[in-house]
Amino acid sequence: MDTAFYSTQLIPALNRGLVMSVKLIIPSGLIGLMLGIVIGTLRTFGHPFIRKAANAYATVFRGTPLVVQLFLLYFGLPNLGIYLDAYTAAVFGFILCSGAYHSEYIRGGLLSIKKGQLLAAQAMGFSMFKTMSSIIVPQALRRALPGCGNEIIYLIKYSSLAYIITCIELTGEGKIIATRTFRYTEVFLVIGFYYLVLVTIASFILQKLEEKFKIPGFGKA
Amino acid sequence: MYEALAAVLEALPYLLKGALATSGIVIGAMGLGLVLGIHMAVGQVFGNFIIRRLIGLYVWFFRGVPVLVLLFLFYFGLFALIGLNLSAFAASTLVLGMTTAAYQSQIFRGAILSLPRGQLQAARALGMSDIKTIVNIILPQALRFSIPGWSNEYSIILKDSALAFVLGTSEIMARSHFVASRTYHYLPLYITAGCLYFFLTWIGVRALLKLEAKVRIPGYSH
Amino acid sequence: MTVQKPPILRVENICKALGGKEILKSVSFSLNKGELKVLIGPSGAGKSTLLQCINFLIPPDKGHVWLEGVEVQSRRKRDLYAFRQQVGMIFQDFNLFDHLNALENVAIALRKVKKMHRPEARDRAVAELEQVGLGDKKHLYPAELSGGQKQRVSIARALAMDPKIMLLDEPTSALDPELIGEVLSVIRDLARGGMTMILATHQIGFTRSLADEVLFMEHGIIIEQGSPEELLSPKACTRSRDFCSRLNDLYTENE
Repeated sequence: MDTAFYSTQLIPALNRGLVMSVKLIIPSGLIGLMLGIVIGTLRTFGHPFIRKAANAYATVFRGTPLVVQLFLLYFGLPNLGIYLDAYTAAVFGFILCSGAYHSEYIRGGLLSIKKGQLLAAQAMGFSMFKTMSSIIVPQALRRALPGCGNEIIYLIKYSSLAYIITCIELTGEGKIIATRTFRYTEVFLVIGFYYLVLVTIASFILQKLEEKFKIPGFGKA
Repeated sequence: MYEALAAVLEALPYLLKGALATSGIVIGAMGLGLVLGIHMAVGQVFGNFIIRRLIGLYVWFFRGVPVLVLLFLFYFGLFALIGLNLSAFAASTLVLGMTTAAYQSQIFRGAILSLPRGQLQAARALGMSDIKTIVNIILPQALRFSIPGWSNEYSIILKDSALAFVLGTSEIMARSHFVASRTYHYLPLYITAGCLYFFLTWIGVRALLKLEAKVRIPGYSH
Repeated sequence: MTVQKPPILRVENICKALGGKEILKSVSFSLNKGELKVLIGPSGAGKSTLLQCINFLIPPDKGHVWLEGVEVQSRRKRDLYAFRQQVGMIFQDFNLFDHLNALENVAIALRKVKKMHRPEARDRAVAELEQVGLGDKKHLYPAELSGGQKQRVSIARALAMDPKIMLLDEPTSALDPELIGEVLSVIRDLARGGMTMILATHQIGFTRSLADEVLFMEHGIIIEQGSPEELLSPKACTRSRDFCSRLNDLYTENE
């Protein structure tokens, strides 16, 4: 076992890539979620025309591969004179794609709120804003939490696609070393391990969040 | 503008052949996932502790590692290690199949667990062996209820099939990129590729909806 | 009229604890051919558990079961399956196979367990369904049948296997009152036809008129055992009588 390879070449390079991965994941995750909340709300409560537009956005970005979307942003936009660097294109792509999926879960959460809740709140004299913030959003978030949480976990995995449009993150660093040294199995097993750790930690956090926000008996049909 | 359109039209037959390859990958992967997934689901529900743990490990691994990494790991690494010489097409199909098996196993497992216990008890009371019970009573019902989840998984695998392009498989993505880099009409060609994927998704989901309606149990609401 | 033949079913020292609680504390009894014994008692007494221990759907912690003098080797899968094929069970929740219509429900065990050919199995299934009065409903699915019809199909399904004995676990408890009668009349015909049965029920009138013996269970043991006259007649000062008179206040009787 050639530990020198690991300690001097592989691990430092992978850690460098990991930093880039985190730089991709965190903004994409946060902004993507926010976009999803906005779009999801528009798709549920918006003006019919806005609803159609928002639905179209979601359908397109959920119905096409992320790779195609990234290629469009990085290689395609230059046809229109817009030049994005690899990192920006990747983050944009992740935000738009993630946002579409998040909007679906948010929409599901909002739709699942029974009309009676709104009526009861109105009858008690709640303002529209108060109704949304105190009654609707707390319930919708709990319903949407598993879906949105899973989407973030997907994002962690799909951040590896940034490598394809030349943004070198964890996977990219590994591929470079593997191609140079031909030690494909070892390198990609270690990369796989990195991702497994990230995903397992994220899943654990998600589970704890779900438990923390649990309402007894809620969610059973 | 018009040369862009012309370029797309000229490339269309070439791209459609790519769609054939994509369909092949998806059908192969979903088929493998179906067979493996059912066995793993049954193993997880009815198997002993060791079997359950092993399957759990498989599922954890294939759901936790990104598809791109899995493709590289197997095609350049593990397959070569065990002397398995597969084409990019076969390798991608195999890896995607193993991945979707992990997800499908959980869909089937959920469906099996959602069946009322009484179905199992009645079969046992009649003297049916566990295997006969699973094949004749449990699976026919569980598989019906798995169709929506399976349809969702289908559209995911269809999109993931685009990653086969990084191994050199000549499917939609590879062919669009090839034409685009020659003609510089990146935008229209990738939009076309997107439309092709969209269309394939639509066909598959429609077909599965028809299947769901066809096998529905009269009067039954789960 | 004492017959010195060995009992067709003998159950000895059945003990079962579930979730730390002792549900059955050494239950023993025997059943002669053609007899109808009825288990009565409050909820939680262990009647259901006892019946499911007899055919090992719930494996007892201790105890033995003999069918026609031969002990059931519950650990050997083949023996267990063979034993269960000879014991019919009727569940409170019917447990019909939801994805099969009435005909297929009755025929499936014949084809898969008894390995009958399709036409023979079909003919037998049709005959059994006609016997319980549901010949015209054979192509309907469980979701399209009423509770009483579902239970009658489940009886046809059990009878198609030519069982030596039948275990009936509160067969009418999940039924609406107007549907109880149709199921009781099928069970009555079975009893009069000489089928050996153990029945757990709350139907006291039925018990009084048809049972050969009544077993009163409470807290996991058989407290009283005797003929219906001994235990249930108006003059009897028995726990059973107590229990039944309380029941009478709650239930309408279906004879």
